[in-house]
Amino acid sequence: MASSIAQLAQDLRARKISAAELAQAALARAGARSELNAFITLDEATALVAAQRADAALATANAPALAGIPFAHKDIFCTNGIRTTCASRMLENFVPPYDAGVVERLRDVHAVSIGKTNMDEFAMGSSNENSHFGAVKNPWDATRVPGGSSGGSAAAVAAGIVPFATGTDTGGSVRQPAAFCGITGLKPTYGRVSRWGMIAYASSLDCAGVLARSAQDCMYALSAMAGHDPRDATSVARGLDNYDAALSSKLSNMKIGVAREYFGAGVDAGVAAAVRDALAQYERLGATLVDISLPNAHLAIPAYYVIAPAEASSNLARYDGVRYGHRCADPQTLEDLYTRSRGEGFGAEVRRRILVGTYALSAGYYDAYYLRAQRARRVIANDFSEAFKQVDLIAGPTAPTVAFKLGEKTADPLAMYAADVNTVAVNLAGLPAISIPAGFSDGLPVGLQLIAPAFAEGPLLAAAHQFQLATDWHTRSPGA
Amino acid sequence: MSIDTATVARIARLARLPVDANAAPQIADELTRVLDLAGQLANAPLDGVVPMAHPQAQTLAWRADAVAEPDRANDLLALAPDARSGLYAVPKVLG
Amino acid sequence: MSWQPVIGLEIHAQLSTASKLFSGASTAYGAEPNTQAALLDVAMPGTLPVPNRAVLDKAIAFGLAVDATIARQSVFARKNYFYPDLPKGYQISQYELPIVADGKLAVRLDDGRTLEVEIQRAHLEEDAGKSLHDAFHAATGLDFNRAGVPLLEIVSAPVLHSAQDAVAYLRTVHTLVRWLGVCDGNMAEGSFRCDANVSVRPAGETKLGTRTEIKNVNSFRFVEKAIEYEIERQVRALENGETIVQETRLYDAAAHRTFTMRSKEDADDYRYFPDPDLPPLVVTDVDIDAVRAALPELPDARRRRYVEALGLPEADATQLCADRATADYFEVAMSALGGDAKTCANWVLGELAAALNAANLVVEQSRVSAPALARLLARVREGAISGKIAKDVFAAMWAGEGDADAIIERRGLTQISDTGALAAAVDAVVAEFPAQLADYRAGNEKLLQFFVGQAMKRLRGQGNPQQLNALLRERLKI
Repeated sequence: MASSIAQLAQDLRARKISAAELAQAALARAGARSELNAFITLDEATALVAAQRADAALATANAPALAGIPFAHKDIFCTNGIRTTCASRMLENFVPPYDAGVVERLRDVHAVSIGKTNMDEFAMGSSNENSHFGAVKNPWDATRVPGGSSGGSAAAVAAGIVPFATGTDTGGSVRQPAAFCGITGLKPTYGRVSRWGMIAYASSLDCAGVLARSAQDCMYALSAMAGHDPRDATSVARGLDNYDAALSSKLSNMKIGVAREYFGAGVDAGVAAAVRDALAQYERLGATLVDISLPNAHLAIPAYYVIAPAEASSNLARYDGVRYGHRCADPQTLEDLYTRSRGEGFGAEVRRRILVGTYALSAGYYDAYYLRAQRARRVIANDFSEAFKQVDLIAGPTAPTVAFKLGEKTADPLAMYAADVNTVAVNLAGLPAISIPAGFSDGLPVGLQLIAPAFAEGPLLAAAHQFQLATDWHTRSPGA
Repeated sequence: MSIDTATVARIARLARLPVDANAAPQIADELTRVLDLAGQLANAPLDGVVPMAHPQAQTLAWRADAVAEPDRANDLLALAPDARSGLYAVPKVLG
Repeated sequence: MSWQPVIGLEIHAQLSTASKLFSGASTAYGAEPNTQAALLDVAMPGTLPVPNRAVLDKAIAFGLAVDATIARQSVFARKNYFYPDLPKGYQISQYELPIVADGKLAVRLDDGRTLEVEIQRAHLEEDAGKSLHDAFHAATGLDFNRAGVPLLEIVSAPVLHSAQDAVAYLRTVHTLVRWLGVCDGNMAEGSFRCDANVSVRPAGETKLGTRTEIKNVNSFRFVEKAIEYEIERQVRALENGETIVQETRLYDAAAHRTFTMRSKEDADDYRYFPDPDLPPLVVTDVDIDAVRAALPELPDARRRRYVEALGLPEADATQLCADRATADYFEVAMSALGGDAKTCANWVLGELAAALNAANLVVEQSRVSAPALARLLARVREGAISGKIAKDVFAAMWAGEGDADAIIERRGLTQISDTGALAAAVDAVVAEFPAQLADYRAGNEKLLQFFVGQAMKRLRGQGNPQQLNALLRERLKI
């Protein structure tokens, strides 16, 4: 089994291994597992420089917990001087002139990034098949998808290449690939982690998160990534909790709401069974299960697939072939420049969502679509507020199925969208949630989703951690 | 709600995306299906609900009025597909 | 048929800030292209807007000055359209919930009427970049230095009925925003711009005709001419049985005509929605009270005070209140002098204005300070120098020769009031010009001024004119 961050940190401090050696080993594993297509860019030179700096920091007292720990960034975070593509032809050769807030924070604690992971183009997708750089394969079964959009990050962690990777979650893009790849994926509260430098898909939903092998490892990453950033007007000016201390909270007295709607018709029996078993484990750990209802849960997918495309249609208007990014050859007129550059630069799913979003905002349809979706958003958020008057956390399957076959849903966008049924409501409400490995169905990992009230990352991580102390699902890894 | 190819053309024009005439019927069909999904909102009892634009009940945070950005013209222009004499260039726009 | 023009103005006032509305780039005018375009201003992927606090107080100040409602919650929205000078593909503006709504402004017209103009709204928005169509042979160049500069868009109701009234309103707003210090009003640099919505309808009709919008006219004179032209064009078209097309037009000052501009977005479907990067803008009573407490006496109130409390003629008061710096200069001078408003007004509007004008300076740049002017006027009032000499002293002060006392002292300009010296000069001229004397005594009294002038010449201009006059009258009778 691959080592935990805590173990690696201990080994680094005991001089059993250096940050440089860890980085080189991670790069070697990434090279050896290139068939997964988990990375868009590997950057050995930068990684080794960072590792040297980490080794220097480790030689001093009080080096940060993540000093010398190798990891990878989803290729949606801008990295100064390192190509950042968002898995799009549009940004195939884009080298940002600045670093994202998350990139700065992880560098400040001397974590060592080895490269940029593959993803669905502009984070639009649930299978990582919408990448200009090709699909990512699931390390558990190379004929299956790793989930998306943070599929490369999930595959890289599941395959043991890096102990953790950053991701983004707009409608489940951290949690669903974590579930499909048998790892732990944390989506923090909206506003808890800076969006500065994180290329926007749907700004009111986008949230930076982390994929790792355990809740404890997620905790280390979150502690470094989270915090107020004045460059993001939606970043919350609120002190950070001590997540490390929070992990040891016991589950007695904790009430977990089991949302009826999350076990609906589309949920595979094997997935539901694994999740029920995991919930039984929670009872054994002292938690009380409470049957609850989120009556507007069925509105989440329709609302999400209006709001996210609407915001995306506006966010992606800047890709016009003028200041950076793809420009068509020999544009004849301004219109030609715009239309061909965008047509060539964006893949099919991105174009589809831009069209849907443009339509939903257009004159005559705004009230019926966009505004109505915003109203649905309110009642969905209110469902959670009501539920949290009764319970501390809400639980259910992260995804209705295990990882599906590559190509299985590419012809049917709606079938693909349905994979997000249990995750998107969390983004609409801006809440923190985590997916943890909860067993297997048909030999493939199943994820349990836990949802907490805003800014309750501490109790959320504690609930996941206590489960992982009592179970070993999270320690299972796919064969190479 | 059924989207026709003329609507597809209008929307694509607004979004500055090309639509191949051959592909238009299929795109129209896909958009119809996605918008039918959104159409489920039409039957929900949402009248009078206050729309929610932001996930947190936040108010705007401000920055002080101070020049805080260095001149990065060279770095930024270097990213442009066509930059000349310190300007970004596009095909001639008439008036 | 007689036609009534209906005009509404959309004024874009650039708020005077050091940095942009949403980025920390400088707003200074005249920099090399793109050197003041930060990451956000070129819409670099991943960048986010953070609003500049300084714009809030300026918008509130304007709202209070026009007696408007300040929205306790307003919203930044995205206006989506593609144009090369718009880097994000959307402009951050305010749409459904502007920060200022339902104001009004009293506009004094030249003929003495006062027009009350309803201001529907004023909202915050960012400026676009600049397209340079002549930069290259076959390409348009783009400079994003202006992109993101903060603007307050001030929208009047369509209640103006002539080009002259529209310009009077525009001037009143111009004075007000400068008075409040929210905008420098520099039209040549584009800090104060105006779009005019113009329509005409048959006299007596209440329904509005189809309007056209004239974009970005950059001087008062051209606004007036452009509107006049557009009214004539529309009337002519309607009388010829044509219909008016709703469109955006540009004014060509050289040819004195307006012409159709290509539409930015053919369909004009801007797809406004609340900007998800920016939570609602909340204004508290504390914010408003703080701005209210710091608000200066407004131009209209000050003008009224000058007439009613200081007894100045309407015309002087209006001229002094055309801008706050001039009015402030006047007040400082007057209080240093300890009264005598009319004399101060005459000097500020006369010598000072002429000198500023000749040197192409504004009053803030005056080479003679208000207290210095007051010291000069004190010398006149004491009778130490004549008003005429004072003008020479003022010119010397303007030229940097020192303060009034030093110049008077150095040049020996103190007025001669010594009866002996004056009498000697009078005797001398009477002796020198016997023919004129005879003429005078024969009844040509106009020659008195001739003798005064000659005597003054002998006294090198320093004779006390009142005394000299009296002495000559006596002497010439004999």
